[in-house]
Amino acid sequence: MNGIHDMGGMDGFGAVDPVETGDVFHAEWEGKVMAASRVMGAIGAWNIDQGRYGIEVLPPQLYLKSYYRRWLERFERALVNYGYADADEIAAGHALRPGKMPPRGRFTLADVERTNRRGTYTRPEAAPAKFVVGDRVLARNMHPKTHTRLPRYVRGHLGVVERVHGCHVLPDTAAVGQGENPQWLYTVQFDGRDLWGQDTDPTVKVSVEAFEPYLERA
Amino acid sequence: MTAHDHPSHDHPSHDHPSHDHPSHDYHRHDHDEASELSETELRVRAIQTILVDKGYTDAAALDAIVEAYETKIGPHIGARIVARAWTDPAFRQALLTDASKVAAPLGYQGKIGDHLVVVENTPERHNMVVCTLCSCYPWDVLGLPPVWYKSFAYRSRAVKEPRAVLAEFGVTLPNDTEIRIWDSTAEVRYMVLPERPSGTEGWTEEQLAALVTRDSMVGTDVLRVRGKIPA
Repeated sequence: MNGIHDMGGMDGFGAVDPVETGDVFHAEWEGKVMAASRVMGAIGAWNIDQGRYGIEVLPPQLYLKSYYRRWLERFERALVNYGYADADEIAAGHALRPGKMPPRGRFTLADVERTNRRGTYTRPEAAPAKFVVGDRVLARNMHPKTHTRLPRYVRGHLGVVERVHGCHVLPDTAAVGQGENPQWLYTVQFDGRDLWGQDTDPTVKVSVEAFEPYLERA
Repeated sequence: MTAHDHPSHDHPSHDHPSHDHPSHDYHRHDHDEASELSETELRVRAIQTILVDKGYTDAAALDAIVEAYETKIGPHIGARIVARAWTDPAFRQALLTDASKVAAPLGYQGKIGDHLVVVENTPERHNMVVCTLCSCYPWDVLGLPPVWYKSFAYRSRAVKEPRAVLAEFGVTLPNDTEIRIWDSTAEVRYMVLPERPSGTEGWTEEQLAALVTRDSMVGTDVLRVRGKIPA
């Protein structure tokens, strides 16, 4: 979807403030939201793409609040959407009825180590790769109403395949419950001038990871 | 960030009343405390209570996840990988080919997630990592991302005017250096191998690791020897 989250190339957000407090979390509740989100992902309540999509569909005025506020908004909605709690329970602040068992069962202390590692999204190859390193490709001018990982700023632009990463879960289908649908994944490099105009700094090169359905042969 | 986003700064001491206090006074305590808690804190307490009530997890597991990111998983892991690459040419070469495999022994619990790609800065090319769509970050080697990495300013501008962004970090590069931006739009994760600064000849791996900043491994810092050699 062409949502507020797709920020590459937008103007108006001002300068970057690189100063850090050194704290991983700026309030205790932030860590709790992060941990709760990790738990529900780990037990299979919703997948990573459904989680990202859940943030993208927030109204922009909520999205533009703080980072972990977005996570909290997403989390409450996901509990209800995927059947792990009802709205009246969230309002009450505690459970009013038994929960449905998540696919991978209860999450305990023994599972912490596992969830503190990034998962793998590589899947067996369903078909040969359409492109090889060095191929010129066009990022499709596509505008799905649902989740995609092709940012707007590369759509309709020519690039070059720089790396091939094997077949991976396709976020576009996984986010809407239509399965993993594994697809070849490529790093595609673009010249900054092709993306932003001829008066752009000629030393800038930008790449995205693009799934095969995002690309056409140029 | 506004004060409204982080209201708990005013209440730093509240900590797990549901298991720090005997059940007989829980409700009274909760009622008293509720008047001091922000709406956000109450909502977070609600989701945690629901998760525990429904048996999806327990408070100890949630706390352990937070603790791991506060104390165990952080940029010191990436710094050790960089220092090893600077001192061991065979490791460096292997790292640039398959970082997930080669760097695993240096990771938390001896593991690194799949598809970690390490990209090397050279005098000709400077690498910078961003996630324009959300906050994808190589957290198993750098910890959770800093606020600036998740900021709308960085996400919007890194791909379009990286030299201006670098200037805000105090970094100026020669005009002919290629600026290579990696937008992390899938599950591949990038870490930058910064250039080893001059003046570090003969340093130990530990000394070198102490020099490596988190930002240098994202590509928004260039390392220099500052002051004394670390002990």
